[in-house]
Amino acid sequence: MADSPKVRSLIHLPEVIRKGQPFEVRTTLGHPMENGLRADGYGNVVPRNLVTRFECRHDGVLVCSIDLFPAIAANPYLAFWVRAETPGTLAFEWLGDNGFRHHESRAIGLA
Amino acid sequence: MSYARRDWINAAGGLALALAVRPASAVSTTTLQEAIKRWAGGQPVRVGRVLLDIAPLVENGNAVPIRVTVDSPMSATDRVTEIIVFNERNPQRDVVRFAFGPASPRAEVATRIRLATSQQLVALARLADGSQWMHAVDVVVTLAACIEN
Repeated sequence: MADSPKVRSLIHLPEVIRKGQPFEVRTTLGHPMENGLRADGYGNVVPRNLVTRFECRHDGVLVCSIDLFPAIAANPYLAFWVRAETPGTLAFEWLGDNGFRHHESRAIGLA
Repeated sequence: MSYARRDWINAAGGLALALAVRPASAVSTTTLQEAIKRWAGGQPVRVGRVLLDIAPLVENGNAVPIRVTVDSPMSATDRVTEIIVFNERNPQRDVVRFAFGPASPRAEVATRIRLATSQQLVALARLADGSQWMHAVDVVVTLAACIEN
């Protein structure tokens, strides 16, 4: 499945990653997270459009999966910890309503 | 000196004390208790090991930083499998749910949430041994989310 167009995400990793040492990964996705409860200025309900799922994998091994509900703020920010014993790839995937999909990956080189 | 005034002062002092010693860890509302019961599946939930870090006074309910930390070594056998956050007075109880895979070294997560009004939040964790832990926090919100119109 292809990524949704015109979606931007930020992924922040430490500059130096050491073997076996945990590090925090911080991610932000540009997304309105419309919960379907809000009205626009004309009284029309803005249709629901949420990111509902996030997954992070290190060389295919699950680090964490996150279920997002309407209470998550717009432009969802998610931070969690990863530990790498070997160099590899961190893969990030966001899934949402109306077939929304966005994925990113970052190579992890160990110092 | 009238006794009425003295009674008032004593009563006020008692009230202040009652507010001060109210345990922040107790879940006070039935809506939250029901959500916790459903998640826990009838198993006991103990207070402790979980820390829900959030500002007690929130100026803008549209994006409130929260951080949940669970005291766990995250070894192969002794680890956190799941963290969930519930709220009391948003339209929906669930806020966010984290599930940890084998590559996760630390049960610490952060995000930003919406709060519709002043309310209680609770973070719960389920460990690999089946035990369940929680931490509840009261939050005062001055500008609520969802009132742009």
